[in-house]
Amino acid sequence: MKVPILRQGACLIASVQDALSDAELHDLQARLAEKVGETGVGGVVIDVTVLDVIDSFATRTLSTITSTVRVRGAETVVVGIQPEVAFAMVQLGLSLDGVSTALDLDEGLAQLRGRGVADAAW
Amino acid sequence: MPPGEGLGEASIAVNGDADIVAARSRAKEMASAVGFSRTNQTVIATAVSEIARNIVVYAGSGEIVLRAQRCDGRWGLVAVASDEGPGIADVEQALTEGYSTAGSLGVGLSGARRLMDSMEIDSEVGRGTTVTMCKWADRRG
Repeated sequence: MKVPILRQGACLIASVQDALSDAELHDLQARLAEKVGETGVGGVVIDVTVLDVIDSFATRTLSTITSTVRVRGAETVVVGIQPEVAFAMVQLGLSLDGVSTALDLDEGLAQLRGRGVADAAW
Repeated sequence: MPPGEGLGEASIAVNGDADIVAARSRAKEMASAVGFSRTNQTVIATAVSEIARNIVVYAGSGEIVLRAQRCDGRWGLVAVASDEGPGIADVEQALTEGYSTAGSLGVGLSGARRLMDSMEIDSEVGRGTTVTMCKWADRRG
């Protein structure tokens, strides 16, 4: 299933609804890069609260999305990584270097606001 | 009754990336049935995800079998990933952090080994690879 991407003020919010295959992660990456250009938003929030596994491929994709979105002129925050998922990622040897994270959607939007993304709250 | 007794085994055919999702979801269910903590369910599912992806990336297809059984004298969950792919020429090198022949992060095998309590790799060039890994069941009060 495609991850829905909604616009809220100056941000795009991609809210993951279910486990993602590699192809679905790639699709999210492509659509976010495109939408950032179309909409001219300054921030992207990716909500991964429902993901019960974030493996090396997902980590690499989140990192690539962050870099791609940055090159397109916007900032990304990944929100909602569950504690046991965080633990497994660290054990696996993954660190999400260069990727901003926040506890939940509210914190993610607050972080974007703090980084100068206008009217990130609604 | 020991944890996991009577759970039988689950076998997942791995032919593409959707099967990676299926394999980790079954691993999580089975780990939950064996009585692993939520953290260890996630740890096992993550390790299974990595070895399932190795099958897809390197061999194209293969199989993962999950079993609740004794390993090293303790109850645990065993995951066996097997394929008839190209095999691994140098297993030690394949287990080196950051080593990859597929342009990925190179954390798959070494990371999965860190997540689990034991891992054995049996591989022959041109014949295929079998990875057997085990996590001991959580100590219960």
